[in-house]
Amino acid sequence: MTDERTRDPDDVSLAPNAQVEADPPAWRQDFPIDWPKDEFVARREFAKFMVLTSCAFVAGQGWIAAQHLVRSRRIAPVTSLKIADADELPPGGAKTFNYPGEHDRCVLVRLADGELVAFSQLCTHLSCAVIPDVGRGVFVCPCHEGYFDLRTGRNIAGPPPRPLPRVELRTDPDGVYAVGIDVRTVA
Amino acid sequence: MRSRPRFTRAQRTTIVNGVICFLLVLTVLQLWLLTATMDAFLGGDSSIVGPALLASTVCLLLGAGLLRYI
Repeated sequence: MTDERTRDPDDVSLAPNAQVEADPPAWRQDFPIDWPKDEFVARREFAKFMVLTSCAFVAGQGWIAAQHLVRSRRIAPVTSLKIADADELPPGGAKTFNYPGEHDRCVLVRLADGELVAFSQLCTHLSCAVIPDVGRGVFVCPCHEGYFDLRTGRNIAGPPPRPLPRVELRTDPDGVYAVGIDVRTVA
Repeated sequence: MRSRPRFTRAQRTTIVNGVICFLLVLTVLQLWLLTATMDAFLGGDSSIVGPALLASTVCLLLGAGLLRYI
């Protein structure tokens, strides 16, 4: 009888009932007796799992594409909205408003030199409300110490990955109007 | 009488290991594509959504094609 240590790994062990089957049943291919064959089956199953994971990633990409299609079809027409009187804000003053939707919180700031700027108030990290600090020239997100430039909305420090969406303004004699929103990946 | 297999077990294991390496690279590439696409999409840049979906699908087809050999 051949010793297990010297046995040719290509030899196939006998089934427990000691019968050699010329055409083994299909289930035995997934539950082999020999270790080398079992390792092959384990690797094959792992490869199948990888392809299944690959399917999940494609599904994720498909979900993003579907979201893109849905959003592109329901973009609300951008309207102008009066958000403040022309001389309502002194230099360094700020005022919050909702634009373009009733739940889209934004903030209007008059800089020290008199220029008006407006941005979405939601931090691009985890959507905490940013607070204008006119003296330091920044918007501060108190949740995770994120900083944005007050004049451009550019993310300058901390975890925020993108600039703040900028609200386009039009100043008329009777007031300040929000006329559009500019979502950017780079300031 | 059964014909002898085309490859020995050791050779087949090597082939399967190679295929698994390819699959790992493809899957990591897909993960990177998904995170990059999500980041760009949430930032308002949806221009890469279509190409990324196409690239990810190609990776899946490559992986499924490799699976046929093991």
